[in-house]
Amino acid sequence: MEIEKTESAEEVFAVPEPDVPWVTIVHNDPVNLMSYVTYVFQAYFGYSKDKATKLMLDVHHKGRAVVSSGTREEMERDVQAMHGYGLWATLQQDRK
Amino acid sequence: MPGTFEPLPGGGAAVALDEVEISIIRSLAVQLLELIGPGPAEDAPDDPLAELFAEGPSEPPKDPVLRRLFPDAYSDPEGTPTADQAEEQRAYSSEFRRFTENDLRAGKRDNALAVIHSLDGLSAAGEGGAVLKLSPDESRRWLGCLNDLRLAIGSRLDVVDEEDTDLLYRLPDEDPRKPMVMAYLWLGGLQETLITTLMP
Repeated sequence: MEIEKTESAEEVFAVPEPDVPWVTIVHNDPVNLMSYVTYVFQAYFGYSKDKATKLMLDVHHKGRAVVSSGTREEMERDVQAMHGYGLWATLQQDRK
Repeated sequence: MPGTFEPLPGGGAAVALDEVEISIIRSLAVQLLELIGPGPAEDAPDDPLAELFAEGPSEPPKDPVLRRLFPDAYSDPEGTPTADQAEEQRAYSSEFRRFTENDLRAGKRDNALAVIHSLDGLSAAGEGGAVLKLSPDESRRWLGCLNDLRLAIGSRLDVVDEEDTDLLYRLPDEDPRKPMVMAYLWLGGLQETLITTLMP
């Protein structure tokens, strides 16, 4: 479903730095299997087995990994997909 | 081997299940279905557009399992937001939830229903046990449902870090959580072997 911000939300929370990309972050949790997380990164993002495994290991060891970046709308789509798979994901603007 | 999915030639997967295993998975899937709840259109079955236009909730669910299945999209668990930023994140999360949670719930319901239907197809064959055969599409639905079931049980068992999982393996037999833990670990084995059959 397309996510459109309402007028009032636009007014109250003007988004600063519109050119700064947004990122999708997947967080570690002890329930999701390492093989499942790798599978999801391959199946949804189309990443290679090597890239998917590296991201999974980052999530596992560092507690989190940036798995995609783009516009806010694209990242909301990715976060929704991750929640559909049962992964714990959030999005934020990449202020670095 | 019991509790192990094997790849089928030409795609899909198969697993041998006995009567008890079938009834455990079915009962857990039904419980998950009940927890996730009916779709928004079920209150107005005569209106085919109700589901399309129904807005989802804007508040996080009260139940910890549902909170895990439908987490906030904008709150970084390691973040240290100012009060203003926290308020902004809450507002964004709430808006995201309104536009996504109904679809997410529908997807998880569909997966659980697919699991129940394939098991019901089996019971009709009788014999006290059977080999369940899944198409690639059914395999993916099973994979999603097995994962949701493990998230739900993990949440009920308070599995919040890796050490909790280690503790589960060492629970004494008399612990009241033991049956749930056995189911949790068994579902993990099913899921792990199902993934192997789906890996490109």
